[in-house]
Amino acid sequence: MDWRRFGFIALIILILIGVVVLVGGGEVSPTIIVVSMLATTISVATPLTLGALCGIYCERAGVVNIGIEGMMLASAFFGWFAAIYLNSILQMAPMPSLLVGVVAAILTGGLLGLLHAVLSVTYKVDQIIGGTVINILAIGVTGFLNRQLFFEQGSIFGGQVPHAPGVLPRLKIPLLAGSPIASIFEQQPIAVSAVVLVLVTHFVLFYTRWGLRTRAVGEHPRAADTVGINVARMRYANVIIGGMIAGLGGAYFTLESVPSFEPLMTNGRGFIALAAMIFGNWSPFGAWMSALVFGAAQALQINLQFFREQIPSQWAFLQQAYIVGLVPYLLTMAILTGIIGKTTPPAADGVPYEK
Amino acid sequence: MSTPVKKAAPKIASTAREKLRPAINAVLVPLLAVFTAMVIGALVIKAVGGDPLAAYRGLFEGAFGSAKALSETTVWATPYIFAGLAVALAFKGGLFNIGAEGQLAFGAVAAAWVGYALPDVLGVTLPAVVHIPLTVGAGMLAGGIWGAIPGWLKAHTGAHEVINTIMMNYIALNMTSFLLNGPMKDPHPLNVVARTPRIAESARIPPIFPGLRLHWGFVLALAIAGIVWWVLQKTTLGFEIRTAGANPDAARYAGVSVSRTIVVTMMLSGVLAGLAGATEVTALNYRHELGFSVGYGFDAIAIALLGKTHPLGVVLAALLFGAMRNGATRMQFLTQIPVDVISVIQALILLFVAADAIIRWIYRIRAREERLVLTRGWGG
Repeated sequence: MDWRRFGFIALIILILIGVVVLVGGGEVSPTIIVVSMLATTISVATPLTLGALCGIYCERAGVVNIGIEGMMLASAFFGWFAAIYLNSILQMAPMPSLLVGVVAAILTGGLLGLLHAVLSVTYKVDQIIGGTVINILAIGVTGFLNRQLFFEQGSIFGGQVPHAPGVLPRLKIPLLAGSPIASIFEQQPIAVSAVVLVLVTHFVLFYTRWGLRTRAVGEHPRAADTVGINVARMRYANVIIGGMIAGLGGAYFTLESVPSFEPLMTNGRGFIALAAMIFGNWSPFGAWMSALVFGAAQALQINLQFFREQIPSQWAFLQQAYIVGLVPYLLTMAILTGIIGKTTPPAADGVPYEK
Repeated sequence: MSTPVKKAAPKIASTAREKLRPAINAVLVPLLAVFTAMVIGALVIKAVGGDPLAAYRGLFEGAFGSAKALSETTVWATPYIFAGLAVALAFKGGLFNIGAEGQLAFGAVAAAWVGYALPDVLGVTLPAVVHIPLTVGAGMLAGGIWGAIPGWLKAHTGAHEVINTIMMNYIALNMTSFLLNGPMKDPHPLNVVARTPRIAESARIPPIFPGLRLHWGFVLALAIAGIVWWVLQKTTLGFEIRTAGANPDAARYAGVSVSRTIVVTMMLSGVLAGLAGATEVTALNYRHELGFSVGYGFDAIAIALLGKTHPLGVVLAALLFGAMRNGATRMQFLTQIPVDVISVIQALILLFVAADAIIRWIYRIRAREERLVLTRGWGG
C-alpha cells in the first residue's frame, strides 16, 4: 500500500465524516458524531473486509471469484436457518445457537468455494461464468427455501418466522469501560475476527511456505508445477478457504447486523468487496483500508438518517436516502478507473492451468 | 472397378454426418442440461413434500394449456428475448454485460417519461406516428447510454465491465426508486405505489388481439433477433465485434479499433436491454412500475448461455424461461409449490450449460466445442 493511496483513503474518510459533522454538528457534539461514524464504519466494513479477503485467497492462487456475493448470501441464509432451528425447534440457548449458526455459515461458504473450485479448476469453466452461476444459484436457493420454510403452511416453522435468538453481543473491553470512545473498539465478534483475519492473512501470505506456494501458483503455475507444487490442490484449498471466509462475512448479515433474513440482502456487498480487493492491490491491509472507505460511505448514509431534519435546504439532496446511497457504488466505479493509480493483479489470475 | 465407388458412398454419408455433428451437439447439450435440471428440480419438489408430476403438469398447463396461457408465455418471453440478446451480443464481443437489468430499468423510465410528460413539456399534442417512435427511441437511447458508460470505462481506463455494470445496476435501482417515489410518481390521489402516471394515448401501441396481452413488443423482439443475427454475421460492424471478442490482438492487427468496438458493442447491448423496458411501457403496461424488472439481468445471462449466444438459440431459451415463469403461477395455485422453485431450476440449467463437461460426463458425449473466454484479469 503506497502512501498516495493511503492518503487518498484517509482523505475520503475524513470528507465523509466531515459532511456528517457539518450537518449534525449544531445539534449533537462533534465528538459523538465522529465516534459514531467510526464505530459504524468499522462495523459495516466487516462483510467487505471478509469478502475482500476471500477474493485475495482465491486470486492470489490464480482463481477469479465473482461469486463472493452469492457465497455471502447463501451463508447468511443457512447460518440464520441453523441458529433459528436450534433455538426455536431444539430449544438450544440463544448464544450457542448463534455460534453454531456462524459455523454453519462458514461451512456453507466452504461448500460453495468447493463448487467454484470444481468448476474453475477441474472443469476449467470460464471463471466469471462460474462465479455468476454461484450468484444465481444462491439467489434461487435462498429465495425458494426462505419462502418454503418460513412462509408456507405445514413447513417446520408452521408458516411463520419464529422468534430469532438475537444477534452476537458486543465484546466488552474492561479498560475502556465508561470511555466515550469505547464503542469504536467494543465491536461484535465477527467484526473483530475480520480484523484478526487481516493480520493472519498478511502473515500467511507473506511469511509462510503455504503463502509462498499460493502466490507461486497464482503468478506462474508452470514454474510452481516444475518445482513439485500441486497447482490444482493449492487452488482448491485456497478457494475453499476463501469461501469459508466469505461464509463468515455472510454470517455478519443475519447473526451480527440484524436478526433476520431478507432475499437479496447482501445488496452488492460481495462485488464492492472485489473492488476493495483491487484497490487494495491484492494485499490484506490494502483491502482492509479500502473496505473502510466503503464502510465510511455506508456509515454516512446511516448517520445522515439521524440528522435528516437539520440538513440545510441548499443540501436538500442529502435528505434523499436513495441519492446518498449512490456514494459507495460511485466510489467503486471511480476507484476502478485507476485515477488513483493502477494496481497489478497476480499474473495467472483467471487463467486455468493446463498441464 | 466397382470397389472405389462402393467405398466412396459411405464416405460421403459420413462427411454429411460430420457436418451435422456440431449442430446436433450445439442443441444436444442445452437440451440435456434442461432435462437434468428438471430432474433435480423434481427431487427438490419431492424433498419439500410436493408431487413433482402434478407440479410439472401444472407448470405445462399454465404455460401452454390455452390461448391465454400461450399469450402470457410470450408476454414473459418478450423482455427475456431483448435482454438475452443484449447479453449474447456483448458475449460475442468478448464482454460480459451483467447490467441488462439497469439498462432495462432506465430504458423503461425514459420511455415512460417521454410517454406521459413530453406532450405537456412541448405544449403540443403529438400524433401516434411521432410519439410512439419517440417513446421507444427514448428507451433505446437511455439503455444505450447506460451500457456505453461501462464500455467507455473499459476501453479507456481498463476498468472491468463486470463490476461496473453491476455497480450501475445498483445506481439505476437507487435512481429509479428516487424518481418513481418522487418527481415521477403518479400524482393520482389514491396512488400509494412507486410508479409513473399512465402514458398518453398517442404513445400506446394497441394490443394485437383484443382480450389477450400478447403485444407487438413480442413481434418486434423476434424481428430484432433476426437483425442482430444479420448484423453479427453479414456486416462489417458484426465482423469487428466478433473479431474484437475472439482475439483483440488479431483485430488490432486487422485494423479494427478495439476500444471503439468495445464502446459500440456495450452501447448496442444497452440499446437491446433498453428496448425490453421501452416495449413493456409502450405496448403492455402503459407505465413503469418499480420492481417489475428485478432479476431480469441474471436471467438474461442464463438465457444467453443456454442459447449458446446465437440469436435463434436466445429466442428459444427466452421462450422456455418465459414458459417456466408463466406456468409457475398455475403450478403454485394447483400444488402449493412456491414459484421460487423455478429460480432453482433455472440456476441449475445455467450450471449445467456453463459446466457442460458435467453433462458430457453424465451422458457420455464426447466432442468438445470452443469455449467462451471472458476472464482476462481485472485490469485494475
